[in-house]
Amino acid sequence: MLIASYLALAAILFVIGLIGVLTKRNAVIVLFSLELMLNAANINFVTFSKMGLVPNLNGQVFALFNVVVAAAEAAVGLAILFAIYRNRETIDAEKLNLLKG
Amino acid sequence: MMFTWAWVYPLFPLIAFVLLIALRDVMKKKLAVIVSLIGIGVSFGFAVYLTWMGIFQQSVIQTTKYQWFSIAGKPLYLDFMLEPLNIVMIFLVSLVSLLVQIYSMGYMKGDARITTFYAYLSLFTSSMLGLVISANLLQIYFFWELVGLCSFLLVGFWYFKPEAKEAAKKAFIITRIGDIGLLIAIFMIFQKVGSFDLRVIQHAVDSGVLTGGALTTVAILIFVGAVGKSGQFPLHTWLPDAMEGPTPVSALIHAATMVAAGVYLVGNLFFLFEGSEVALTTVAYIGGFTALFAATIAVTQNDIKRVLAYSTVSQLGFMMLGMGVGSVYASSFHLLMHGFFKALLFLAAGAVIVALHHEQDIRKMGGLWKQSKWLSIPFLIGCLSISGIPPFSGFFSKDEILYAIQLSGKKDLLAIGLLTTFFTAFYMFRLFYLVFAKKSRGDQKVHSISRSMKVSLAVLAVFSIVGGFFSFPTTSANAETITQITKLQGHAPLWLIGSAVGASLLGILLATFLYVWRQGSADGLAKRLSWLYQVSYRKYWIDELYQMMFVSSLKAVAWFLNGFDRFVVGGIVRFVGWGTMSIGRLGSMMQNGQIQTYVLVSLIAFLILFVSLAFGRLIG
Repeated sequence: MLIASYLALAAILFVIGLIGVLTKRNAVIVLFSLELMLNAANINFVTFSKMGLVPNLNGQVFALFNVVVAAAEAAVGLAILFAIYRNRETIDAEKLNLLKG
Repeated sequence: MMFTWAWVYPLFPLIAFVLLIALRDVMKKKLAVIVSLIGIGVSFGFAVYLTWMGIFQQSVIQTTKYQWFSIAGKPLYLDFMLEPLNIVMIFLVSLVSLLVQIYSMGYMKGDARITTFYAYLSLFTSSMLGLVISANLLQIYFFWELVGLCSFLLVGFWYFKPEAKEAAKKAFIITRIGDIGLLIAIFMIFQKVGSFDLRVIQHAVDSGVLTGGALTTVAILIFVGAVGKSGQFPLHTWLPDAMEGPTPVSALIHAATMVAAGVYLVGNLFFLFEGSEVALTTVAYIGGFTALFAATIAVTQNDIKRVLAYSTVSQLGFMMLGMGVGSVYASSFHLLMHGFFKALLFLAAGAVIVALHHEQDIRKMGGLWKQSKWLSIPFLIGCLSISGIPPFSGFFSKDEILYAIQLSGKKDLLAIGLLTTFFTAFYMFRLFYLVFAKKSRGDQKVHSISRSMKVSLAVLAVFSIVGGFFSFPTTSANAETITQITKLQGHAPLWLIGSAVGASLLGILLATFLYVWRQGSADGLAKRLSWLYQVSYRKYWIDELYQMMFVSSLKAVAWFLNGFDRFVVGGIVRFVGWGTMSIGRLGSMMQNGQIQTYVLVSLIAFLILFVSLAFGRLIG
């Protein structure tokens, strides 16, 4: 198996996530896209843990940590979105611009 | 002995001023008046004693020095002196001030701010007394400005009248023009001589440190100060307007305090003028011109106080003329006599105004002679005195000045002096006849005048009658008595006395003819000579000229500067503000609150960083 195909998959996933973060209006979708990006990173970790120059378990442990962090982040993110929705009755990312100068 | 400590003279009125100002809200009005009267009364008591000593006993030339402060190691002294001229002035100032204060008890009765009025009067007297005993230019300037300030306060005492407010401002600003001349002169003297002390300066003049062009400049600049203060042409315009103040104030300003300061200054610094022919000639001609000029204006004025005001300007010009031909004695003597009779005239005029319920237009007066002897006799004495009819006081002093002019040999000035005498007699008696002769042209009932006013009038009337006899030499062998301030040698020739009295009598005769025998013919004459009448009535359009030349041009400059300030300076300020705001707006446009935009920007930044790092490695 070529390492390149794993890395390519990770890159494609990452870019899809990035495009989602940049372009989607729905904040929930943005959050999902963020998860995609995190998982793309996880694939890279695992790939290098298996096929890197110095293969060891560190990468896989890191990936597990990442999954936990991502879950927590999704929970917090969704909670924030709930709170926003309750206050403003919208989760359109373009309308969430209270920090405008 | 106490009376030789010169500083006691201004001290008591000053104490009265401080008390009155500090306690004006709690003090009863009667008590305030008494405090003020005591202050000036004590000073006057000392002054009488001092004068007595000066005339009959001994030389009282005294100086006292106290260190004031020092500039760059040079000590400056509070310096007082009592020389004959100072003593004369102390006597005049304290006498007239005392009488004016007594008079004001009646005149200002019922005024709500009488305590403040008396406080100002006390300060005025105090500063003038301080001025006349100062032997130090800086100190003189200090008191000089105080006198100016007090006249500003008192002329504008009825500040709710817009004319009074304007007049006060005018008095202050116009005298300030003169004061600048004086200040420059003081600086120049200090630069050349290195001292403010009059004796040191006199020594410098005598020993030739201060001579030639510098001396002339200094003398003329000092004269500019005197011109402003003493209402000489061309800075005379404030004096008639100052009539808006209460009449006792006019009496004080015109007789003893404000305008006398200018003449006194020239007399006191006469050693500066003596050294410069140009300065003396300037003084003489400005004085002579003012004397005649103001006398011709007084002929047609219709406000009783304005006539007297122009007469003061004219008489002050006469004094300056006397100074200019070199006789300090004659001028100081006239200053003293003028103090008596002008105070008398003003106080009498004030009494007339009160008696007629604040009517000041002489066209609406008349017939007072029969109604109130208390008004008419003092006024007549004043008129006779100012016209120079023997044996009233004005006769002696006027004669001395005319004699001094004759001695100087300036025929043109002598002619001016005699012409002025003629005009003076004419306008004074025109005033007298219009106010007192025939029947009343107004419809007022005559109001009685209070006792305090009568007392002041009586005392001044006595001085106006006998004042002239002060000029006779006393038996004292001491050469330094008051009566011999560089007294002229000999007496005026008979023809001069004759022509002076003749000119006066001619003036009186003309006035009698026009206003008594052929009543109404004056109006016809005014119509026939309407051009001349207008020139005089409009005061030679000097006020209008100043309005046009200075006020309007200054207003134009102010208008321009206002525009400059508003559009250029303000424009720059607004531009800076606008620029800052624009930068801010640009910055805030980037902070659009769109989290996705921020991410995009971060991404682009990251890419640039990444690419440049990669290329850097490629090249490096």
